[in-house]
Amino acid sequence: MTTAAPASALALAGRSLRISRRSPDALIAALMLPVMLMLIFVYFFGGAIDTGTQYVTYVVPGAMLLCAGFGAASTAVSVADDMRTGVIDRFRTLDIGGIPILAGHVAASVLRNLLSTTLVLAVALAIGFRPQAGPAAYLAAAGLLLAYITAISWLAAVLGLLAKTPEAAGGFTFLMMFLPYPSSAFVPIETMPGWLHGFAEHQPLTPVIESLRALLLAQPAGSAPWTALTWCAGITAVAMTLAGVLFRSRTR
Amino acid sequence: MTTHASGHLSGATGTGTATAVHPTGTLGIHATGLTKTYGDVRVLDGIDLAVPSGSVLALLGPNGAGKTTTVRILATLTAPDAGTARVAGHHTVTERALVRERISLTGQFAAVDDLQTGAETLRMMGRLCGLAPRAARARADELLDRFGLTDAAARTAKTYSGGMRRRLDLAASLVSRPEVIFLDEPTTGLDPRSRQDLWELVRELRADGTTVLLTTQYLEEADRLADRVAVLADGRIAAEGTPAELKARVAGHRLDLTLTTRAAYEALAPRAVHLAPDDLTLGVTTDGSAAHVRALLDELDPDRTAVDRFAVRTATLDDVFLTLTGADR
Repeated sequence: MTTAAPASALALAGRSLRISRRSPDALIAALMLPVMLMLIFVYFFGGAIDTGTQYVTYVVPGAMLLCAGFGAASTAVSVADDMRTGVIDRFRTLDIGGIPILAGHVAASVLRNLLSTTLVLAVALAIGFRPQAGPAAYLAAAGLLLAYITAISWLAAVLGLLAKTPEAAGGFTFLMMFLPYPSSAFVPIETMPGWLHGFAEHQPLTPVIESLRALLLAQPAGSAPWTALTWCAGITAVAMTLAGVLFRSRTR
Repeated sequence: MTTHASGHLSGATGTGTATAVHPTGTLGIHATGLTKTYGDVRVLDGIDLAVPSGSVLALLGPNGAGKTTTVRILATLTAPDAGTARVAGHHTVTERALVRERISLTGQFAAVDDLQTGAETLRMMGRLCGLAPRAARARADELLDRFGLTDAAARTAKTYSGGMRRRLDLAASLVSRPEVIFLDEPTTGLDPRSRQDLWELVRELRADGTTVLLTTQYLEEADRLADRVAVLADGRIAAEGTPAELKARVAGHRLDLTLTTRAAYEALAPRAVHLAPDDLTLGVTTDGSAAHVRALLDELDPDRTAVDRFAVRTATLDDVFLTLTGADR
């Protein structure tokens, strides 16, 4: 009678999407905030930042990641929300495990984020972003973005399990949203104080951003895409494992 | 449950066919020696239960007696520290998946998403139970109709009344046509009308051959619904039997005495099974015969000054409960 885990995750992703569609405040925040931030960077700060190119060209990859961070944050809140109601017990008595339950949230998060990153890209195009990428590079960029969104959505699920309340979960995700700043997302790393270089150059977001930038602007990407994919796969694997352990301990 | 009720809950199609083989014979629930400790607190201290298939057991007890922990163990959500339980013929720990195919749980707090509609919730449950989309839709429509929610099917549960949410919650737990149903305080917080509806539903479930274990703090509920009642106090079964048997255990009747003075009340209070200090009234057990009542009055009030008036009542499950658990003393 119980169904396969992927089918359960799919049914639960549908649930998650219906719920987020009906939470306009969260949806608007996830869609509007990244666009607003991108506009602020381009028009307020961009004039003072010298990146050697048009600032909008420089900032779009970072804005897309920032956007994904906001979108994933709501995953942490939904997971924390579920954990304090009887709904998890009901799913468990249907013999659905923690990973499929969380995978439902992650799948919904990925879809929401694809929507919002597309919106950011559309606005970017409207304000002068001119990507040079061919179809293959676009696909590669989309694939990398997908891997990144999946990784941080699982990370958000972990934060949602760690938090005792949805409010606390929302707070935890600020850490995630802060990560794009000390990277090459908004300003070149060389302009940061020396003690930050080590972190900024080697933190996982920098290779993701560098790869996106290279792919979209048809520049040589070097090994950055592989480093980025390795980071995403590693974060996903660690987060899924942690999520499984946390889910079991929370539902004992 | 409502005027829409067709009287048929399960067994119509498909999934619920595994009822034939029950290794434990005819027991829907069979638990022996369940214990559970959380930190330093021993929540369950050796629980034995035997619930025949197709009957209703009420687990009666005050808050903190261990009712919810018992239900969680039987519903496979928590493993006991010691003891074993078989539900629908299968071991709750080593055959967890088999048990889960045959049970449903409706917890104390409605497990219904505010932002899904009634129809969406039930269709989702159908999909999670492995029904194909079309079958899930049909099952959802059937249950919406049965629970009087067809008109509200397209509205989000946020707009539902407490009774409607509870109905949706129960409908969701019936999608899989379970053999054994756990209802944890199903009527807590419901208005009288919704409570009546729920009672009716439990009777229908029983009539369909479903085994029901419900927990309640309400003695009236146990009295009306249950074939057998287990009184749970401090993690132990304090008494178990049919409502009639339990009532018989504390003598059949109660002699209520209204006393003339506070002093007389205080003097007799230690003997009472029922206390109403505001009215200076207390109750003592009696078999209800004239001889016993006369003897009791002579014994309790030899000077014939303490008792103002008296009444003889049939013992209620309340009396049983208070006598057995020592609460309210």
